[in-house]
Amino acid sequence: MSACLQTIQDYALRSIGIGERLLPREGFTLCEQVTLIGSGMIWNVYFGVLSLIAGFFLATGLAVAKNAQSRWLHKPAEWFIFLFRGSPLFIQFFFAYFLFLSLKGVHPFFAPFTAAWLGALVVLFLNTAAYSAEIFHGALRSVPRGDIEAADAYGLSGWTRFRRITWPTTLRLAWPAYTNEAIFLFHATTLVFFSGFPAWQQRGDALYYASYFADKTFNPFVPYPILAGFFILFTLIIITLFGLVNTRLNRHLPQQTRQRLRLRINLIR
Amino acid sequence: MFSFCTDPATLDRLPWFACYLTTGVHMSFYVAFLKVVALLVVTAPVALGFGFLGAMAARAHFAPLSLVGKTYIAIVRGVPDIAFFLFFVIALDQGFEWVRHKVLCPDWDQPIRQGNDFVVCAQAKLPLGNAAQWVHETYGFALAVITFSIVFGAFAANVLFGAMRAVPHAQLETAAAYGMSHGQVFRRVVVPQMWVYALPGLSNLWMVLIKATPLLFLLGIEDIVYWARELGGARMGRFSSYPHPDWRMWYFLVLLVFYLCFTRVSEILLERMTQRLSHGQATAGGDAQRDAGLA
Repeated sequence: MSACLQTIQDYALRSIGIGERLLPREGFTLCEQVTLIGSGMIWNVYFGVLSLIAGFFLATGLAVAKNAQSRWLHKPAEWFIFLFRGSPLFIQFFFAYFLFLSLKGVHPFFAPFTAAWLGALVVLFLNTAAYSAEIFHGALRSVPRGDIEAADAYGLSGWTRFRRITWPTTLRLAWPAYTNEAIFLFHATTLVFFSGFPAWQQRGDALYYASYFADKTFNPFVPYPILAGFFILFTLIIITLFGLVNTRLNRHLPQQTRQRLRLRINLIR
Repeated sequence: MFSFCTDPATLDRLPWFACYLTTGVHMSFYVAFLKVVALLVVTAPVALGFGFLGAMAARAHFAPLSLVGKTYIAIVRGVPDIAFFLFFVIALDQGFEWVRHKVLCPDWDQPIRQGNDFVVCAQAKLPLGNAAQWVHETYGFALAVITFSIVFGAFAANVLFGAMRAVPHAQLETAAAYGMSHGQVFRRVVVPQMWVYALPGLSNLWMVLIKATPLLFLLGIEDIVYWARELGGARMGRFSSYPHPDWRMWYFLVLLVFYLCFTRVSEILLERMTQRLSHGQATAGGDAQRDAGLA
């Protein structure tokens, strides 16, 4: 037991460079595997949370732009969404990494972009913005006409109407699909260290450590179920948090008409 | 490849560029595109079959069977699919070797798992140690196909399970009233009717499958990602007759465009198929066609 506490002390923050420098080489205990894979989850959470928050705002802008009348607004938005939804995230990571690598030669400003913490974050941010924008765009188009007419009758227009009527309804309609998107984004963060971006000093995410153990022990039946356990746990946390927001978004509606969170998880990129 | 590649006079002209793309190794790169298509062509029907079995199991009245089906569907939720890919390739390989070991070498008394090693007798190795290179490659590819089919079978099972439940209940009751048995209702009513409800989910799944094909690289297959990295890397004049700087960015741009075209074409074709299948159906799509006077 105390050996395990020692392991946790040594390796719990290994993925961000705090604690023991050397990874265990042989005689892997269950405790070491759980601790290191859990330590890797820090990166998954980091990528997931930051890109989701930043992507949310860009997605709102893109959805509004795609819905706009002007060609100059909706064409670029459409192309952006198509570019990121039509190609595999894995290829996007590779392309972005090598793009940043050659830009680094032009100007040292791009040097941090070749590291995973910034470069992969940018790709995930743009990617989730595109997927969420498509969801928001669909919701924006299904805002009931009556809501808009009522807002007009009350003399609301332009920005006020958007902020107080259109946008809250859009969010309410889009929320179940957006929850799925959040889960998938979270799962997609596992691709980062397998796609060109180097894991500097073996500081990787959960899947990086899981595959490290699987390679060393040649036994996939221990590390991958541990990884699965962590991911199921975090997925449940996401569902709970988004469920709370969903309840709040629907709080003005009568009980029967409230939209339940229905999770259809059949998407990856 | 081209005859002018041997002529140094063409060096400063644009056609010289073609010489870069016609080297022997590049042919492996082009074949890798066929591998991607082959994977899709094989995986899609197999995954659909797995999905069908999964959905039927989940619908079963026999509780343990239904539990198996539902677990199969649920297991892919909540866990990143890439973890499954990495897991199944080793797990399947070891599973096959373990079974062969038990059958082929019954009098082997040492444990199979010795510390960090997985030891089976020489006859049980898959593929056999003395097998040709292409056997190894085919075996690797087959493992990849099975892995993809299992993972996407679970996604398909989820879609088909929903679609089977979406078939209007009145139709099933009518069929039962005509004296059809349980199996007959399933074969004659549920299966023909469910496709229109399954199509949105299945077309989504097809797009997802296309976009999952680069993960072949992680399964150790020499696919387009592998070759793009290999061929794009900087080449020195001393080691290659076609030296060039780091072009990996451009190679991956080509892959990006390839996938964009692929998904776009699929999108258009699937849209047409939806139109065709909605014809005369009691769904919003079918109603829209009737209103437009197409039916």
